[in-house]
Amino acid sequence: MYRSILIQADDFSLDRALTELKAQSGLAGGLCFFTGAVRNSNLDDAVGGLYLEHYPGMTERQLDQIVDEAARRWQLHGAIVVHRIGHLKPGDNIVLVAVSASHRGEAFEACEMIMDYLKTNATFWKKESIPDGHRWVEARSSDQAKATAWDA
Amino acid sequence: MGQSELEILLEAPTTVAALKSMIKLPNGETLNAASRTQTIMTAVDQEMVDDSAMVSVTSEVAFFPPVTGG
Repeated sequence: MYRSILIQADDFSLDRALTELKAQSGLAGGLCFFTGAVRNSNLDDAVGGLYLEHYPGMTERQLDQIVDEAARRWQLHGAIVVHRIGHLKPGDNIVLVAVSASHRGEAFEACEMIMDYLKTNATFWKKESIPDGHRWVEARSSDQAKATAWDA
Repeated sequence: MGQSELEILLEAPTTVAALKSMIKLPNGETLNAASRTQTIMTAVDQEMVDDSAMVSVTSEVAFFPPVTGG
């Protein structure tokens, strides 16, 4: 199975990810892509931008383990995870999860599981700029519930 | 914790909980006490662990708030 896990400040290209996945996993009939972008408001405050931090070394390994878990559950041909760090503006891409499988069902589910685990298990933290200054974003219990549901 | 790095000399392996009781926040409260009112996650040598995990004398330990990536 092909895999690529990247943590980078630079933007990513969906086109390039699609080409990469197709080139690396020719048998895939279903390719599912999820992209997360920076929102311009949170908790009723206007958000001017985000600063994203991670735990170098640990975060890369965690993403690798999350892809391992998806590959254990579904027959995947390839997976690409790209997560950006540093300063981002509203509308900027934050995260890309791209999964290829023989059929769409596996690709949809694996893509969703990888995102749900990433939200609750991977060591990234967001600080947002709001009109009053900055604040660290707090975790949502709804995200935890989504991730836990995969373990049921 | 309001601190990015701190070196603690351990004479023998101990638990995460014991380590948390040795570390004080700027307000004087120990990390152990603080974790009763807020979620503090722990990684030992870059693996997520709970309070019963062991810390060796050479371990890298990180305390952080719940993650918010994605």
